[in-house]
Amino acid sequence: MEKQKLDFLNAKSDEIRKILIEMIGRLGVGHVGGSLSVVDLLTVLYYDLAKVDPKNPKDPDRDRIVMSKGHAGPALYAALASKGYFPMDEIKTLNQSGTNLPSHCDMNKTVGVDMTAGSLGQGISAAVGMALAGKMDKKDYHVYAIIGDGESQEGQVWEAIMLAGNKKLDNLTIFLDNNRMQIDDYVDNINSVEPFDKKCEAFNMQAIRVNGHDKEALENAIIKAKNTKDKCTCIVMDTIKGYGVPWAENKGVGSHSFSISEKEWREFCNKETD
Amino acid sequence: MQDTKELREIYCDSLLEMAETNKNIVVVEADLTNCIKTGRFKAAHPDRFINVGIAEANMIGVCAGLATCGKVPFCSSFAPFATRRCYDQIFISVAYSKQNVKIVGTDPGITAELNGGTHMPFEDMGIMRNIPNMVCIEPTDAAMLKSLMPKIVDYNGPVYLRIMRKKCEQIYAEGADFDMFKAFTLRQGNDVTIFASGIMVSRALAAAEKLKSEGIDAEVVNIYTWKPIDVETIVKSVSRTRACVVAENHNVHNGLFGAVSEVLAEYCPVPAEAVAVRDQFGEVGKIPYLEERFGLRANDIYDAAKKVLTRKN
Repeated sequence: MEKQKLDFLNAKSDEIRKILIEMIGRLGVGHVGGSLSVVDLLTVLYYDLAKVDPKNPKDPDRDRIVMSKGHAGPALYAALASKGYFPMDEIKTLNQSGTNLPSHCDMNKTVGVDMTAGSLGQGISAAVGMALAGKMDKKDYHVYAIIGDGESQEGQVWEAIMLAGNKKLDNLTIFLDNNRMQIDDYVDNINSVEPFDKKCEAFNMQAIRVNGHDKEALENAIIKAKNTKDKCTCIVMDTIKGYGVPWAENKGVGSHSFSISEKEWREFCNKETD
Repeated sequence: MQDTKELREIYCDSLLEMAETNKNIVVVEADLTNCIKTGRFKAAHPDRFINVGIAEANMIGVCAGLATCGKVPFCSSFAPFATRRCYDQIFISVAYSKQNVKIVGTDPGITAELNGGTHMPFEDMGIMRNIPNMVCIEPTDAAMLKSLMPKIVDYNGPVYLRIMRKKCEQIYAEGADFDMFKAFTLRQGNDVTIFASGIMVSRALAAAEKLKSEGIDAEVVNIYTWKPIDVETIVKSVSRTRACVVAENHNVHNGLFGAVSEVLAEYCPVPAEAVAVRDQFGEVGKIPYLEERFGLRANDIYDAAKKVLTRKN
């Protein structure tokens, strides 16, 4: 990846992290950790590889981005706001009465959200349906689904992966946000989902493991996935929960959902006053 | 008299007919293609037919994804697996997400016969009725299913369709036309109203005949769409008869008796009796045994009518 492009993407992921922290910070509490761990992927998708247009969010030919780990809604909203899908001011309404930005992704409320999610394991099935529709209509859009490692304890994830593998859905790429933590503990201490890549291969998929915060590696993996015919790809992203915000990262398992003080978010966002 | 065609035959005929002009119709199965007999659809439109295997939760999610892309998916399974097995998927991915998915549950109540208690749904309409905006329909016979299918396709929103796979008692003449959101008054009467659905309709008509021989004039109203329920027809009927019986091949809790009682309590309180399964699980058996076991015979409707008449003011 050219330095100029990488600098641009890094600037964009910094911006998205700031929007995200301001959004949750103004509310005071939220799903910080698992939102931060997918910001680099969202940056690569929305600012580099995904065929999307904020001015035409319902374009039938657009690429679909499904946030199956629906509690990372704030990360998706931050990316969408930064892209101009809705006015930046709306980020102040997260979880306020009557908001278009609820905790978990809602396709009927937020412009640019392709699927409602929040009950874990469901978004990935819908993404499989979108990919099947694309095949039926001979359209060349691509579907990107983002699932969590904790989420993958849901049996439905494996029903969806089995079908995606067997139907050879090369127009679907599944990203595992492998941040290794869930609400109660480390995933490995509860019910490990590893070796995730080997499991996907056993389900007739291609699997690629990358550092989920390395944008060049992400880009290369996505390009490889899109260039692979007759195989659905899962990109296992090794990530860090809370990445990019030291005091979130330091919380470890506690970073899933926690309170942010006004001082903390204003310092991080370099926003002393409104 | 029995219908000449099985409901599953009508179902597939209708899909095939509509699929000629509506390119968005898609059929999604979970390994029961041979039971619902949509194989003819698969043969005619292999590119619009998906079998996800034995994975009902994924079937519903896949349908929701297809619907976001403008498809009109029809998916099916035995009623318990098309509903309670994947309730949260229907709730969130279909209904809460406002997706235009049609869900077909087969073998309602005691018609599950030899598949027994694990497959015998007395709760499917209840749990589906509990989902906001879910339209819940139990077509009565072949003529009705044929009339309703194009309307279900044209209706933009989730629908749950509870159908027998096999031949029904014929109630309506071929070519009869039905409104998706209206109840149908089959027989007019002034002394008591019998509200009935599905296999209970023919039993209600038989009970009405027996009541007539005793000089009791029963009205029989076929409520096939349980939700949204036709408040107007219910209120009009009981305002005149001042007593009713509700007959359903379903648990008394949250079923048709529940739905009708909600209307009565709010708009026109009159005595009501239920002919329904009394909070029990199903079991294996043939219809004659099961209808006696669960109290779903014409005679049970007759008895309930006599009883409700004693409560009438």
